[in-house]
Amino acid sequence: MPLFAAEGLSLSLPDLNAKRLFRPAPRIEILHGLDFEIKERSCVGIVGESGSGKSTLGRALVRLHQPTGGRLTFDGKDITHLGEDALRPLRRHLQVIFQDPSSSLNPRHTVGAIVEAPLRLHGIDNPPKAAREALDQVGLPGAFASRYPHELSGGQRQRVGIARAVALRPRFIFADEIVSGLDTSTQAQVIALLKRLQEELSLTIAFVSHDLSVVRHLCDRLMVMSAGRIVEQGDTAAIFDAPQAPETRALKAAIPLPEIEPGWLTQTPSSAAPPGAPAAPDTTQDAPAATG
Amino acid sequence: MTALLDIENLSVALGGRRDNRLLRSVSLSVSPGEVMGLVGESGAGKSMIGKTIFGILPRAAEVIEGDVRFDGKSLLTLTQNERRMVRGKHMALIPQDPLTALNPSRRIGSQMTDRLTKILGERRDAANRRARTLLEEVHIRDPDRVLRAYPHELSGGMRQRVLIAEAFAAEPQLIVADEPTTALDVTVQKRILGLIAEMQSRHGAALLFVTHDLGVVAKICQTVTVLYSGMVVEQRKTADLIAAPESPYTHALLDASPRYDRPADALRPVSPEVLATMRAAVANADEAYR
Repeated sequence: MPLFAAEGLSLSLPDLNAKRLFRPAPRIEILHGLDFEIKERSCVGIVGESGSGKSTLGRALVRLHQPTGGRLTFDGKDITHLGEDALRPLRRHLQVIFQDPSSSLNPRHTVGAIVEAPLRLHGIDNPPKAAREALDQVGLPGAFASRYPHELSGGQRQRVGIARAVALRPRFIFADEIVSGLDTSTQAQVIALLKRLQEELSLTIAFVSHDLSVVRHLCDRLMVMSAGRIVEQGDTAAIFDAPQAPETRALKAAIPLPEIEPGWLTQTPSSAAPPGAPAAPDTTQDAPAATG
Repeated sequence: MTALLDIENLSVALGGRRDNRLLRSVSLSVSPGEVMGLVGESGAGKSMIGKTIFGILPRAAEVIEGDVRFDGKSLLTLTQNERRMVRGKHMALIPQDPLTALNPSRRIGSQMTDRLTKILGERRDAANRRARTLLEEVHIRDPDRVLRAYPHELSGGMRQRVLIAEAFAAEPQLIVADEPTTALDVTVQKRILGLIAEMQSRHGAALLFVTHDLGVVAKICQTVTVLYSGMVVEQRKTADLIAAPESPYTHALLDASPRYDRPADALRPVSPEVLATMRAAVANADEAYR
């Protein structure tokens, strides 16, 4: 049985930009009838341009958003419209690592307190001990527990976010663009850490990113999104060998590999596609502001 | 050919103390029309170099040695007024975060017109027309809508296009681009890189491109300076550096860059040995400096 299964999963959110005073905001369709499965202990990369709905999908998986249509099951249980009370026992197993650790960590709390808080909330025995263990696992030993987020580097802060998520021994983690703000060497360390934790703790991970290179090193499965739809999904290696969707080819072609390649800058995604392939949609103008 | 920008033996230190350097005797020179990449991780001092050029170092940081010459003249001894003349007119900055570089409470059009009247001394109506032409030049399809828009109404890519247009407005000889695509996603990044390269070659300005991404450097820069902890570790033609990095640090950085064309297990974080070597090199340099 897959850990997650979605059938025709749709989600709409109120469009606050179009809201008129004293009227309900019109709703805007973000996800359009997605069908997918996520196997236990897999790491699935969810990729796409900003505004493609990849983060919204991740948030739906951990039920930070309630789907408006279709069906979503977690471990065989229908969680599509579960209320907050019914979700509470599941929350421990649906964890999130946020993109920006400096805004997702309380600046007034020590690292120890930050990692302990969810442990207390879920009534886990001896929170300080469990927090220490989690911090050890992410390579932030003893003394870090008494420090404050501002005393840490970006990479260390992101490790605290990871420790907070894994401390609960969850079954699933949604990681939202967690390495895009980091330096090259820190990024490689965090990717290595996540890989190790996934094996040690038998985690299932949904890793949202716009960078196909990062996903290649971390994820065994891939979902490519565009405008709220899944345009391609499957085995990561297979998709990289022969990307089918024009959107996948465009994402791949946009990555600057550290290699001299004259003409790369003026190459358009459609000219990068193999001959005979359908042309990529017109992307000569930048996408509208991201919806998150 | 004489260098347009010539940084010689530059040391910048916190509180002006010799044992507290942020930049450690940095030398680099950029010829007219050259595109140089300035690469390093956070804390390497790459933005600090840009800030020294523009005379916008934070108060705690002080130049304690060396010189920064632009077109043969030292930038460090300029008065505030002279500096203002050079900035904008002869050199311009494309910042990392276009949102903080734009005034959130004013329309794009009036902000652009303001800067153009100040820099070029044009009259408002001429500056208005010029702003529109500039936006067309950076391939904004509906310049009139953008001129009327507030910054928050534009996407990140669009805002960056506006700032690129402004940077090139006065035909400066030098553009410093400080991680201009870091906040953008890959497809938008590619278009913005293409635009910067196109504008650079059309206007013939020299470009100092600050980034942490060696992939971006490979695509846009002819030469590259790699920094570690405020120290130049390698300075060469980009093609040579990519083909055969000389410094173990550059080598390690290349190995730590994720690449979709390599197998999943090919990614190697910078090893502790390399970092130890680098720290020792920094300590040696500091020892010799005392």
